[in-house]
Amino acid sequence: MTSKSRISARSADKSTIKTGAQIIVDTLIEQGVDTMFGYTGGVMLPLFDRLYDAPIRVIIPRHEQGGCHMADAYARASGKVGVMAATSGPGACNLVTGLATAMMDSIPIVALTGQVRTELIGNDAFQEADTTGITRPVTKYNCIVKDVKDLARTIREAFYIASTGRPGPVLVDIPVDVAVTKYSVDGPVEMELPGYKVRSKGHARQITTAAKAINQSKQPVLYVGGGVIAANASEELRALAEKAHIPVTATLLGLGCYDQRKPESLDMLGMHGSAYANYAVQECDLLIAVGARFDDRVTGKLATFAPNAKIIHIDIDPASISKNVHVDIPVVGDAKAILVELAKQVEYCPRKGWFKKIADWKKKYALRYDQEASTIKPQYVIEEICHQTKSEAIITTGVGQNQMWAAQFYKFIRPRQLISSGGLGTMGYGLPAAIGAQIAKPDALVIDIDGEHSFNMTMTELSTAVEHNLPIKVCILNNGYMGMVRQWQELFYGKRYSKSYLSNPDYATVARALGAIGITVDKKQDIPKAIKQMLTEKKPCVVDFRIDREENVWPMVPAGKSLDEMSGLDIFESMA
Amino acid sequence: MRHIISALVENKPGVLAHVAGMFAARAFNIDSLVVGRTEDPKLSRMTIVVIGDDRVVEQVRKQLARIVPVVKVQDFVGQPVVARDLMLVTISAPPEKRSEIFSMIEMFRGKVVDIGQKSLMVEVSGPESKIEAFVNVCKPYGIKSVARTGTIAMSRQAKIEP
Repeated sequence: MTSKSRISARSADKSTIKTGAQIIVDTLIEQGVDTMFGYTGGVMLPLFDRLYDAPIRVIIPRHEQGGCHMADAYARASGKVGVMAATSGPGACNLVTGLATAMMDSIPIVALTGQVRTELIGNDAFQEADTTGITRPVTKYNCIVKDVKDLARTIREAFYIASTGRPGPVLVDIPVDVAVTKYSVDGPVEMELPGYKVRSKGHARQITTAAKAINQSKQPVLYVGGGVIAANASEELRALAEKAHIPVTATLLGLGCYDQRKPESLDMLGMHGSAYANYAVQECDLLIAVGARFDDRVTGKLATFAPNAKIIHIDIDPASISKNVHVDIPVVGDAKAILVELAKQVEYCPRKGWFKKIADWKKKYALRYDQEASTIKPQYVIEEICHQTKSEAIITTGVGQNQMWAAQFYKFIRPRQLISSGGLGTMGYGLPAAIGAQIAKPDALVIDIDGEHSFNMTMTELSTAVEHNLPIKVCILNNGYMGMVRQWQELFYGKRYSKSYLSNPDYATVARALGAIGITVDKKQDIPKAIKQMLTEKKPCVVDFRIDREENVWPMVPAGKSLDEMSGLDIFESMA
Repeated sequence: MRHIISALVENKPGVLAHVAGMFAARAFNIDSLVVGRTEDPKLSRMTIVVIGDDRVVEQVRKQLARIVPVVKVQDFVGQPVVARDLMLVTISAPPEKRSEIFSMIEMFRGKVVDIGQKSLMVEVSGPESKIEAFVNVCKPYGIKSVARTGTIAMSRQAKIEP
């Protein structure tokens, strides 16, 4: 029976008596959930009992944080809402990092947490925590349901809030007595959200003003972020960029929404962005931001950011407009609808001088690394992965150097292809994210490009991948350091490598112990063969690349400097 | 600049914590915050006084509007409004000074709401500046304790044409 026919079957027999737990399961099914992540516990027994024979696949992580990242990556890879359930107290507390990660990157998650019995709340009961209090700053919305009659409506509202407007995580806390209370359900209940409005269409006059500015501009740049992916607006972005002939640079989260093989692509901008993107932003006369939020890692020093540019900002969240940078032409609404309207009103312009300038920068400052080195260069590993996977893989990352190299050297061609913790910068995200993405896309090739210290934080989830026989690949760029911290210590702390390394296990052995494949690569010439083997393995496969220990990520805009004050360009030029 | 922001919010548990938490998390300063019921039992009104430049206050307004149970947000700056604070103040008032104090209370249109042997409790309402002025004139007699609400405000019906 499909989920649709289930709803109609249920709504036909009005006034059914159900327990709270059954209402939760039925509402999840009604919302189209066929897969969720969850870890049981004392107060979750009623819900997990109902899940025992429900048509929902439940993936049990090894730690609730991992489960929350899985739900997050499931959402990023599929475009659906990710669902994570956890028990009260420690279970709920362990969700915090995962929720904050999703909050910063605007990812739709519904988290369901168990709570102690209503009459015990506030008494410091066993496994009690003030879950809504703890998670309020890291969720788009949260609430506790103290009456079973509000349960179905609240869960429905949670899905609606999580997935509309600027998406984000929503948590619903459910005391165990509410889950066991029986309630006579008579048909669906309307949502009650008087304070929640979603603006979809952009203001027509603002769109026309923006189109005029584009038509008058000689040196425009499109600066696009995760909002384009959330709005499923990549096609509309491509249409606009092609019709008006505008170069496109993306934030970390925006990578993939514009095919990086196209000549108009300026790749990523910002602290470790490409020099040609940063120069283009600094010299442009019009910056068109779409679904991006002028994060400090993108803008560098605010006072000198895009100094000659008029700024158009298209965003669904009014609070994003003029938060960091003064915006000349704000357009609030859904990126897809706005880009469609905008594309109708723009005209083609050759912008020969501008594209010539960009082509020169691209040639002069192409991303480079030492290809002659005898050591394993991480950039080479990623280029080889990109080459062998023909740019088709879904890439997840840890945080730090591994993440920046993956963003720089893998060429993304489709949206939802790079899954990375951008805003919060959560180390340990890569492995559980790969699991969540693989579950969302069983036929896709999913590769986690990770650092060894990021991997350390959540490597227990390898058991989850083994249990579900997921063919994920984990490529550890192992330099024995918390690489980005070491890079900053080298550049700004006189090479005092204070506490930026620790004793690590042999990852291939760990992988094998957990039932996965483990491969170690310490010779440069073995890389292509090892990657080839990795790609053919059907089981989870961990490849430990022993990379050059002190390789740095270049270029780099030091914190507090302008985007055009990049370090490392001399290194590129010397290698040209 | 002083801005009076009025927010209509759902009358639900956790809303005040959400609003206060947002102010703390985003490092905005609250000068005063008053919450009370409205004629609709499902809604409460929060009146928040914020001091900051226009950009900061604009962010405050937008961030408030973003909170799901916040239904409507209005910044009264530049608009004709009626803004009032309420204060209860206990002043030492020995019998020989009482007539002097009474005439002062009358000037401020205050009300004596309790009389003790050596003190008086006075209720005063009005714009914040009037309340401050009353506190100042009471000081020489000796203030025993003060309880003040923050500002509540509402825009006037008769709008000034621009």
